[in-house]
This record gives sequence, structure tokens and C-alpha cells, in this order.
Amino acid sequence: MTTLAPVPEVVPHGRVSSGVFEPRALLTSLPEALLKLDPRQMWHNPVMFVVLVGALLTTVAAIVEPSAFAWWITVWLWLTVVFANLAEAVAEGRGRAQAASLRATRRDTMARRLDSDGGETTVAATELRLGDRVVCEAGDIIPGDGDVVDGVASVDESAITGESAPVIRESGGDRSAVTGGTKVLSDRIVIQITAAPGHTFIDRMIALVEGASRQKTPNEIALNILLSSLTIIFLLVVMTLQPLADYSGATQSVIVLVALLVCLIPTTIGALLSAIGIAGMDRLVQRNVLAMSGRAVEAAGDVSTLLLDKTGTITLGNRQAVELIPAPGVTIEQLADAAQLSSLADETPEGRSIVVLCKDQYGLRARDEGALLHAEWVPFTAQTRMSGVDVEGRKVRKGAAGAVFAYVASEGGRTPPEVSATVDAISSAGGTPLVVSEGPAVLGVVHLKDVVKTGIRERFDELRRMGIRTVMITGDNPMTARAIAEEAGVDDFLAEATPEDKMALIKREQEGGRLVAMTGDGTNDAPALAQADVGVAMNTGTSAAKEAGNMVDLDSNPTKLIDIVEIGKQLLITRGALTTFSVANDIAKYFAIIPAMFVVAYPGLDALNVMHLSSPNSAILSAVVFNALVIIVLIPLALRGVRYRPASASKLLSRNLWIYGLGGIIVPFVGIKLLDLLVSRIPGMG
Amino acid sequence: MNATFGAVLQVLVLVLALGLVYRPFGDYMARSLESPRHTRVERGIYRIIGVDSSADQRWSVYLRSVLAFSVVSVLALYALLRLQAYLPYSLGREGMPSLQSLNTAVSFVTNTNWQSYSGEAALGYTAQMAGLAVQNFLSAAVGIAVAVALIRGLARTHTDRLGNFWVDLTRITIRILLPVAVVFGIVLILNGVVQNFAGDTTITTLTGGTQTIPGGPVASQEVIKELGTNGGGFYNANSSHPFENPNGLTNLIEIFLILVIPFSLTRTFGRIVGDLRQGYAILAVMASIWATVTGLLIWVELNHAGPALQLAGGAMEGKEVRFGVPMSAVFASATTSTSTGAVNSMHDSFTAYGGGLALFNMTLGEVTPGGTGSGLYGMLVAAIVAVFIAGLMVGRTPEYLGKKIGAREMKLVALYILTTPTLLLLGLGAAMATETGRAAILNPGPHGLSEVFYGFASASNNNGSAFAGLGANTDFYNIALAVAMFLGRLLPICFVLALAGSLAQQGKAPASAGTLPTYRPQFVLLTVGVILIVAGLTFVPALALGPLAEGLS
Repeated sequence: MTTLAPVPEVVPHGRVSSGVFEPRALLTSLPEALLKLDPRQMWHNPVMFVVLVGALLTTVAAIVEPSAFAWWITVWLWLTVVFANLAEAVAEGRGRAQAASLRATRRDTMARRLDSDGGETTVAATELRLGDRVVCEAGDIIPGDGDVVDGVASVDESAITGESAPVIRESGGDRSAVTGGTKVLSDRIVIQITAAPGHTFIDRMIALVEGASRQKTPNEIALNILLSSLTIIFLLVVMTLQPLADYSGATQSVIVLVALLVCLIPTTIGALLSAIGIAGMDRLVQRNVLAMSGRAVEAAGDVSTLLLDKTGTITLGNRQAVELIPAPGVTIEQLADAAQLSSLADETPEGRSIVVLCKDQYGLRARDEGALLHAEWVPFTAQTRMSGVDVEGRKVRKGAAGAVFAYVASEGGRTPPEVSATVDAISSAGGTPLVVSEGPAVLGVVHLKDVVKTGIRERFDELRRMGIRTVMITGDNPMTARAIAEEAGVDDFLAEATPEDKMALIKREQEGGRLVAMTGDGTNDAPALAQADVGVAMNTGTSAAKEAGNMVDLDSNPTKLIDIVEIGKQLLITRGALTTFSVANDIAKYFAIIPAMFVVAYPGLDALNVMHLSSPNSAILSAVVFNALVIIVLIPLALRGVRYRPASASKLLSRNLWIYGLGGIIVPFVGIKLLDLLVSRIPGMG
Repeated sequence: MNATFGAVLQVLVLVLALGLVYRPFGDYMARSLESPRHTRVERGIYRIIGVDSSADQRWSVYLRSVLAFSVVSVLALYALLRLQAYLPYSLGREGMPSLQSLNTAVSFVTNTNWQSYSGEAALGYTAQMAGLAVQNFLSAAVGIAVAVALIRGLARTHTDRLGNFWVDLTRITIRILLPVAVVFGIVLILNGVVQNFAGDTTITTLTGGTQTIPGGPVASQEVIKELGTNGGGFYNANSSHPFENPNGLTNLIEIFLILVIPFSLTRTFGRIVGDLRQGYAILAVMASIWATVTGLLIWVELNHAGPALQLAGGAMEGKEVRFGVPMSAVFASATTSTSTGAVNSMHDSFTAYGGGLALFNMTLGEVTPGGTGSGLYGMLVAAIVAVFIAGLMVGRTPEYLGKKIGAREMKLVALYILTTPTLLLLGLGAAMATETGRAAILNPGPHGLSEVFYGFASASNNNGSAFAGLGANTDFYNIALAVAMFLGRLLPICFVLALAGSLAQQGKAPASAGTLPTYRPQFVLLTVGVILIVAGLTFVPALALGPLAEGLS
């Protein structure tokens, strides 16, 4: 069984996009931002905590020795802190809206619990325990996460996936998992509860999108260390500057020293860092992927090997008939007629594709089954390995080559060598040959082929440019696998794959230092999903698979693995770009502040005032204002993520260095100069 | 011959010579360090000091060996200096005062060679030869050993072993430093550097006055002073003294000796990690900064604004006529960019910008190319910072040579980077904030600030040269600078070895198109940028109040 929803094909895409940033969110998140001024919260962000302490210091200094300059600086330092909190609040706000809609599904459900004696008790869903069995019938809301242990039903899972088409859930097999909060549309199933109340899938989803369970990821920690050490260095620079300034006869006020410090420490990235992380998770959620940890999202950016299931990811679900090859002396029309006749009752996708091929390519109208009233259908069995029909004295058969050849021989016919050659040729090209016969005569061969999704080859080329190796996993024989691998452009394939083979492949790759990502849905995928660095479980899969993976794709679209990798990369790139930008900004700030501080003592230092800022006060205030405003300006970028196009590492680095490195040096020179033109008009600043 | 043309020729010869020996010498060092065989002499040494030469050490054991060796060395040298009056060949010199002995012992063991004493006046031959010259060899060897441990951390996989410190120390001394020192010692002697045990010779000058001329085993100390990027002169006047550095040729040889190991070690690095391109990239980072600063230094010294100085053909104050302005500038740049600290001219008398450039060289963290070994490990740390930022910008967990740079690695790198600026800024701040600190300043105004700035930059980066104006033989400076030298040397070594240990335990991620290549000009440029910006941002205020304020006034 598969989902009733069609598996989407690969969408040709340009960049990783995400939800739109609405400027209004800045206003609505303001109260939240003010609440975050709590020092106990600020403490977790060392860079902004220093700014907070600085703002407190200048406030005291401004009260003790009031001046317009002191108060302006103080106000803008406080705004710097608020802007940082605003960035985080806006990012969280977007998640919160999603959480609210999820929470609406988690209403008070009643469950029909099966007792050991076979009777039923109605209890609240919150009283269910692990291992309880409950009954759900059409119209019931499933009370908790579990596995179907009896029956089959169609279920509406739109509450979590947003996809309105119902899916089939049945006992046994890989489609047995159901999620609490979803609705049974038909039939009756018995569910064994596998998650305690409060720990269900929806509960976890809510926690994730709200950012409540957000922990700093390894790379975020490493970056924080770098930012903290830069902060410490600048703290030392400013602290030891006063004795030097004293000696030089240019003692500085607390206000100026704090202003210098705040301008130097990496406030831009410090303010936006957590917003970037939250927005990264959010981008996944918008694509209906739930990452159980931020660590997994980061690992996705590092993945160097992708294991992709052939069926559904690389090829459309099923084989399709692409060609009819008649035997010598048989016309194509004869073959098409027989092929169509034998397939009329064949409801497999392969059978249907033969009928379609006959109609589209050979102009045969579909016959009405009813017209063949006396037809005797021969169904396909694993023993005979062929199917067909006996009608009006014709005995038409279609099936695996060996089976049909044997059948023809038993009917007293013989197989022309040309047909055997065709069969071999199709097999070696990775296709599946079906032989059609009528009575003792072999009529020809139907060529069945896996159809590779359009656009997939380009995606694999992109991945190769990103340095990611793709490995196709398939149960096909090596010959077939090779042909499809070549057509799809994957780098490698694993044929006749068993779960053990998959596991071994993952371990082998990991021993070579590679990070592996894979998708899976079956229970037998669970160990491999757990072993992989990024394991994306399909939402249609078993709860064992979902438990083992570190992401769940609610759309159950294996192609999405590629998007996940890109989102992981984009997350890191955004951090790196803003860090570079933030540090590069310092150069211009020095050119603004250092001459302003010391020009009285050493007039020669005015040569450093390359921006020709109007006065020391105006220069310092302009730098502080720029430093604060740049946070607000960059919030949309932090939430959206910087542009990412698949390219080699060298190209990406060059591009980002030009934009964020060189841009980071130039932009503040322009910005501070422009601000100075405004600020110098304020009384007391000019 | 035109003086400038002569200087250009000399620089060309220098670059050519360094280029010629780069490959063979770098490869030779790699072979010496990684060879599985021990010579008979080495085996004898291992027996005497009781070392199992086959025992591979964990990073913590390697570190403990370095620390123990350094502390014992400080104590032994301290004792020697204090007790020199009772030793043979003391020439009647008294034992050194205790704080000055401490300062000197720390200074030579940490490869700094800051000298708050006057060599010919304070020390006899035993202290010079058995104390200082020995430490010149050993402290240089320790630096190279630590660098090699870090290289092994990058080269090895899935191990916690980094080699054996005692074996490395012995091999570096015996196979690398000693042979080169012997050969070039003889070359120096042949070119007029003094080597005798004549003591002080008193002569009558032409005008009838008397003059005491101190002789001594100068060449043997001179050669390792430069080769090991130590810098402590036999004479107070250091390499501007005619007995240490008599002519243009010896001057060129000494500059060559200063630069040869730090630059060639990049080849050793490339060789051991099995990718020569990586070594070339590091070399390119070092060389491009070195060439730029050296060029600037020559230029500012030749283009001084004063009319008298322009008539003299540049800023000749404090420089020797036999070397001229350009080769004094090249020496100054070589010595401040390598943590050597030997001088053939007085940096205090350089132009404001010239002195500022020498100072800037040191504040870069002594990585361009830096001291023996310490330059390479400092540069590799800088490369890791560059890798981290670059890695983020290409969307991967940063990797250097296949090793992931995670939180643990960044913590150690951050601590390393914090150490010397912290020591420098705290020392400078404390000196400028206290009366005792300011009292040692000779010149008023921004130049006085530069003197103190230079002193702490020199000590915390283990350079050892000084702006001569600072009267640093006071209790405050002897102690403060000793602390700066000691911590400025050993704390970074702790972090580097811990980093090496952490890297060695990792596997090696294979390179792909998604991996950032760390051998392209792009990465070289980024690393240069990281070094300049980090140092620049840290020291701009102090540089503005010192050299810049002086130069712009």
C-alpha cells in the first residue's frame, strides 16, 4: 500500500526560499523583546550581555553627569539590546503561530480502550498508557500515537501534514503507524498505543517549532566560543585603553569607552545568532520536515554521501511499458492486440501501462471487458509467473520470458532465436522483458522500464558540485541497477540490497570519515536510520522508523533529502556571512571613534578621520546608531538565510567573501557618514 | 656602487638563498624528525637521561615533559647566573641580582632573550656558554618539538600518541641545530666574528686614553642566537657590535640564519602531512606579510621627513654605517617577525612609523614566519581560525586537512589567541597606570608609550628586542616581563598540544568538491586577512596613541 496522495515529482528549483518576513512582526514582537531583557536570559548570549551591562553603566553615568550626548548614547545602547531581543522574538513568533495551529488538534479526545476480557471502556486520551489497545472507527479522532494491530482504515492526517488526501493505515507491514490527533475516515482499526500522553508526536512538534527544546548546536557552540573570545579581547582593549589615554592627556569618559566597546564586540552576529538557528529549523518545518534536533540540521549540511531509495526517489514508483518488439513474421498490430488483450484484467501499474502504450502508440482503443463476456482470465501467480486470457479460442499469455517460453513449448511451439536475443538485450539494458504469446506462437516482447523522474539528473549534478556522492539503493539485480544508475546520473548503486547491506554500506562510508544521510520508512530500515548521521523517516512509515531517524518528513517525499542538505548548508553560511560582516564592520568604526577620542590630545590623528565626521560626539554617536540599526536591517536576512546556490566550496567562499567581507568593510563607512550628516544636526552633537 | 642598488642585490641574494635551501632543508628536517632509526650518540643520550625512545607520548605526557623540562631549565639557569662568581671563567663578574637572574633565566628558556643586563659587563664565559648558549639551542628545539607534535596531530588519525618529546628534543638539537650551527659558526669566524677566551684586553687608544675590549666565545653564541631565533647578544649592543656582526656579509648571513628554519619548517609541515601544497600555502601567508612589512619598513626609513635625515640618505640615527638604512630595516623586520629580537640597529631610534612597523610585526603574534617552531604552530592556529570562518561560509562544519574543527578545537584555538594579547594589554595597562611603570620611560609623549608597548609586546610574544629607551632593570619590569614571557610561551604551548591531541584522535574526512581547499590563493588571502584584522583590531588604539600619534604630529 502507498499513500493515496500522489508522490510529487522533483520540482526544478533555484534557491532555498522560506516564509516571507513581515515588517509588522517587528512591532508585534516588541513586548516579547522587552521581556527578554531579564539578565538571567541575557546571560546565555555573552556578547549581548556585555552590551546590557554597558547600557546599565552608561545609564548610571548619564544620571550622574547628564548631557545630551550621554543620554543619546545611553538610549541607543538600550535599543541595541532590544533590537537583538527583537530578532529572536520575531523568529520565535513565527514558530509560535505554527504551534498554535498544532495545539488546536490536541483537543480532549476520548478513547475506547479494549480491556483484557474483550470489553471496551471509554477513558480520556490523557489516561492512556503504553501498550493499551484502543478501537477507532470512522469519524473517530485517534487518541494517541500507536501502531495498528488489527484492521485497515483510511486516515486523514492533514492536521499534521497539511495534506488533505487520506492515507491508508493497516496492521502489519510498514504502514502501521498512526499519529494522535489524526482522524479515521473509514473502517475500524485497533491501535496499540506507543507513546505516553505528553510525549506524542504532536507534543514534540509543538515543542520543536516553539523553540522550547532548542539547544545550542555544536557549530553554534564553536562559533559562540569565537565570538566570546573576541568580546574578551575587546573588553581588555577598552579596559587597558584608559591608562594609555590618561598618559596621553586624553582621559576618556565611561560613556565613550562603553560606546567603543559596544561598537567593537561582534554585536551584529551576537544579536542574530539565535534567530538564525530558530529560522533554520523553521525553514525545515515549512517544508513539512521535523528535525528532532538542531544537531541533525547542521549534520545535513556536512553530508557527503546520500543514500537514496530507487523507487519513489529516483524513479517513479513503477515500471512502465515503453516499447513493443514483435517476433519475426508477426506484425506490430498483432502483437499490440495480444498484449492489450492479455493486460485488460491486469490491474497492476505495469499492466495498465501496457494498455496505455497500445492506445497511445499503436492506436488501439480500449476494449470493454464486459464485451469479452466469455473470456476466462488467467491471473498471475508466483508459480506460473504469467497471466493472460482464454477467449474465443485464443490462448493469449504474457509473462516472464522463461515461463512463457516453457508454456509455448508445452503447446508445441518453439521460440525464435531473435526473440531470445531481444529478451537478453532488454535485460542487459536494465529493462524488464515480458514475452507475449498466443497458443504455440511467440508474438513478441514488451519492454518494461523504470522511468527516471524528470529533473532528477540535474539535481544529482548539483549535488556533485556540492561535493556530495549519491548512492542508489535498490532490490534490483546489478544489471538493472547499473542501467538505471547511469540513466539517473547517480555516482554509485547498491543492488539487491538487504537491510544488512545498507547498514554495512553506511558503516563503511562513516569509517572513511564521511557523513551519511538516508531516507527510510520500514521497520527494517530502523537500524540504518539510527546509524546514519541524518536519517529522514517518512511519515507514512512505521513508528520504529520514525523513532530511529532524527527527522521526519511529513510529506513522505524522499526527494526532500536534497532540500534538507541545502537548508543545513544555508544555516551555516548565514552564520559565517554575518560573522564576517560583523567583524569587518569594526574597521570603519575604528576610523570613526579613534580620531574622535584622541584628536584633542593629538591633532595629527585627525588624518584618520577619513569620513570627515563633523565632531567627536557626532562621530561616536553615529557609530553606535549604525551598530544598532544594522541589526534591524539584517533581521530579514537572518530569518530568510543568505542566498544559497549549489556550487563548489571555492566558488561559494569567493562569493560570500566579496559580499559579506568586502561589503562589511565598505557599508559602515557609507552608513556612518550618512548618519553623521543627520546626527550632527542634533543640538549638542554638531 | 649605489647603496640602494646594493641593498636590492643583497635582498635578492637573501631570497635566493632561502629559496635554494627551502626544499632540501625542509625535507631533511622532516626526515630527521620522522625517521625510525636512532644514531649511536642519541641512544647514548637516551640511556643517560633514562628515556625509552620507542615510547610514544599522549598529548598530556608530551606537555608534562615540555613543562618539566622548561621549569628545570629555568631553575638551573637561575642557579648558574646567581652562582657565576664561583664558577671558572667568571672574569671576576659578580653573581646576577636575584630578580634580574629570574628575568634572564625565564627569558632564555622561553626563547625570548630579553636582556635587562649588559652582556659583556655582567656575565663571564661559563654563564654565557654553559647557560645562555645551551638554552639558545634547547629553547629553539622545544619550539620545533611542539610544532612537530601539532603537525603529527594533523597527520595522524585515530591515535592519542604525538611522538616522544625527549626524542624530538634530542634529534632537533643533534641532527638539525648543531650541524648548521657548527658550519655557520666557522663561516662567521672566517668573516671576522670573534671567538676566543681572551678575557678583557686593555689597550691605549690613539688619543692616549685607555679602553677595555672584552673578547670571548662570541661566534659560537652568535650563530645559534640567530638560527634558533633567540636574539640574546653576547654584547649589549647585540648584532650592531662589530665583534658580533663585523660586515655586510656577516649581516646577510645572520639575516639568513634568522629566517631559514621558520620558513623551511613549512616544507617540513607539508612533507609530514603528505600534502606539500598545504606547506606552500602556509609559506605564502608568512612570506606575503613578511615581504610587505619589510618593504614598508625600508621605505619609511628611507623617506624620513627631516631635512638632515634626507641629506644623510635616510634615518641613520641608531644605525650602523657599514649596514646602511635598507639592510638595517631588513634586519629589523626579520628579527621582529621571527621572535628573534637580535638587533643590528637601535629600533628606538627608527622613525615613528618604522618603529611602529617593528612593533606591528610582533603584535601579529610572531607568525610571519615567527620563531623556530612557534611561528609555525601559531600560524597553523591562525589557519584554523580562517578555516572556521571559511567553513561556515561554504556551509560545512569546518575542516582543516580533513580534521573537523568543532567546539573543543575552537575552545583551544580561542584560548591560544587570547593569551598573548591579554598578557600584552594587561602588562601595558598596568605599567601605564602605575608610577613605577611610567618612571622607566625615557622619552616623553607618544614615543614613551611606544617604549612600554614595545617592551610588553616583545616579552609576551617572546621576541626579546627592546626600544632601548625603557629602563627595564627595575623590580617591576623584571617581574612583570618575566611573567609575560613565561606565560606567553608556556600557555600557548599547553593549548597547542591539547589541540594536537584532540586532532590526532579524529579520523580524516576525505576531501570532496564540498571541502574548502586550503592550498589555493583564496585561502592564503583569507588567512592573511584574519591575521591582520585580528591583530589590527586588537592593537589599533595603542598603536594610534604611540607610533601613529608620533608620526602624525
